Amino acid sequence: MSKIPKGTWVEIEEVILRPEERATTLPEDTRQTPYVMRVSGFLLHDAELGQRVHIRTIIGRELSGTLRTVNPSYQHSFGDTVPELLTIGTEEEA
Amino acid sequence: MSGRDLSYAAVMARKNDIMKASLGIDYNEYIQSPIAFDYERMMRDTGYSMEDILRIQQETKVGNTPLYELRRLTEAVRRISPPGKGATILLKDEAANASGSFKARRASISAYEALQKGYKGMIAATSGNYGAAVASQAAQRGLKSIIVQEVYDSSGVGQPEIIEKGRACEAYGAEVLKLTVGPELFYMLLRTLEETGFFNASLYTPFGIRGVESLGYEIALQVRQRYHRDPDAVVITHAGGGNLTGTARGLHTAGCTHTRIVACSVDLSGLHMASDHDFNRKSFTTGHTGFGVPFATWPDRVDVPRNAARSMRYMDEYQLVTQGEVFYVTELLTKLEGIERGPAGNTSLTAAITLARQMDQDQIVVVQETEYTGAGKHHNSQLSFARQNGIEVRRGDPKDNIPGKTIVIPERLEQVWGKVQDMQRLRISYLKNAAKLVPPEQWSEQDIEFLAADIKESPTWVRQQLPELQAA
Repeated sequence: MSKIPKGTWVEIEEVILRPEERATTLPEDTRQTPYVMRVSGFLLHDAELGQRVHIRTIIGRELSGTLRTVNPSYQHSFGDTVPELLTIGTEEEA
Repeated sequence: MSGRDLSYAAVMARKNDIMKASLGIDYNEYIQSPIAFDYERMMRDTGYSMEDILRIQQETKVGNTPLYELRRLTEAVRRISPPGKGATILLKDEAANASGSFKARRASISAYEALQKGYKGMIAATSGNYGAAVASQAAQRGLKSIIVQEVYDSSGVGQPEIIEKGRACEAYGAEVLKLTVGPELFYMLLRTLEETGFFNASLYTPFGIRGVESLGYEIALQVRQRYHRDPDAVVITHAGGGNLTGTARGLHTAGCTHTRIVACSVDLSGLHMASDHDFNRKSFTTGHTGFGVPFATWPDRVDVPRNAARSMRYMDEYQLVTQGEVFYVTELLTKLEGIERGPAGNTSLTAAITLARQMDQDQIVVVQETEYTGAGKHHNSQLSFARQNGIEVRRGDPKDNIPGKTIVIPERLEQVWGKVQDMQRLRISYLKNAAKLVPPEQWSEQDIEFLAADIKESPTWVRQQLPELQAA
């Protein structure tokens, strides 16, 4: 695996609560899953994906977790066109 | 990192101390009994006049938003209404605030207060527009911000709307803690407050709610100036209750004592709010009954000891609409009025159409918010995502909507009809929740007066319900 250099913008993942440590009032499906956090920041040392690392967040806090993503980005969009919306408010439906 | 015990139970047990340190408010000064507290004094003690609020908000690009008359939509409603019916529909374009929603009002006074009190940063737990609002207001006051956000289900998939809201927070310079589904968001908030010593920009503090008062106040002044009358009804999207509480209080401050305060939520009954499975089967992430009903019938379920958002104090009516109706109206707003706005903000517009049809033509109904739109926060994104998650999307009668299974987009405007909630049933539900806290036979006169004011009823009415409550 290739080394990811110190200073790279990355996302880490950290299990905050294991299933048995979670709140007692959860629905059955949620209770079986860990409570997980992801957060982005600048890598504080060279590392590889999947390693335990330290990062400095955008506001300067130091956090640690498992290195998950290099250069985390947003891919959300307007989605596939939903044809049912197209004619609303047009002469066809007036 | 501190050497403190970070287990769930230990952090929750430190709740009161963390809250006191992070807010600078001692709620014990206002609490009169397990039920009653001096709400008005708590709100007054924030120390801000309406003039102060308007001035502070102007400094950070908040408020003074346009009030538009929706001419073509009003005409369309009149065409399907009985003769003489079809009130004029006005829209307060809150998307014009910094960060693109009314939530900037809610964050603005908290940011000002945090700076005055010497905090270095502020934290909010929210998956909504409020995160971006806190980040934007903090940035303008030179404060750091952390947003604690519920984003993903256990497979790491998030709603496009929530992903976009997280992106916006990061765009304004916030550190965003992105979490999987669960009520432990509050635990994470407490932990982060304790670690950082930042200000708790909770949605439910007196500062948050007072900030929204300017919205109601501006509506009153704008309607009077242009139409020489008070608004007959103001429709407010309702979730946690702050939007409604603040707006109604602002209207009252301006002297609009006869304006009907109408709440509106998207009906998501049947979906569990803390369920990993149901999480991505909701096409609305706020403004829905999963928050609206529990918060109306018991406000004190929040991240502060006493909630300043108390919607039933001000609510005259409560309308429910379906997801399909809101998506339809969002598209209609775009095509007829030439403005694209986010779907969640159009929840109240949907209810306003129903109301306008039943009101006289010379009356005025105000939709009191819009929100920004864009990738993710768009009805096409939401519907496309729903379809990918196996939810049926089709045109038809919105009565056939089944939350989490089917989204039915109306075929015609006549089918936008919503559903009215029974207010007395909600009030009784509130009293039953109070009875779980303290048995009704132990309620003092002070408790009964507080409860009556909190549900916009008389103490006599509350007393009349006692036999039923005691039998329950």
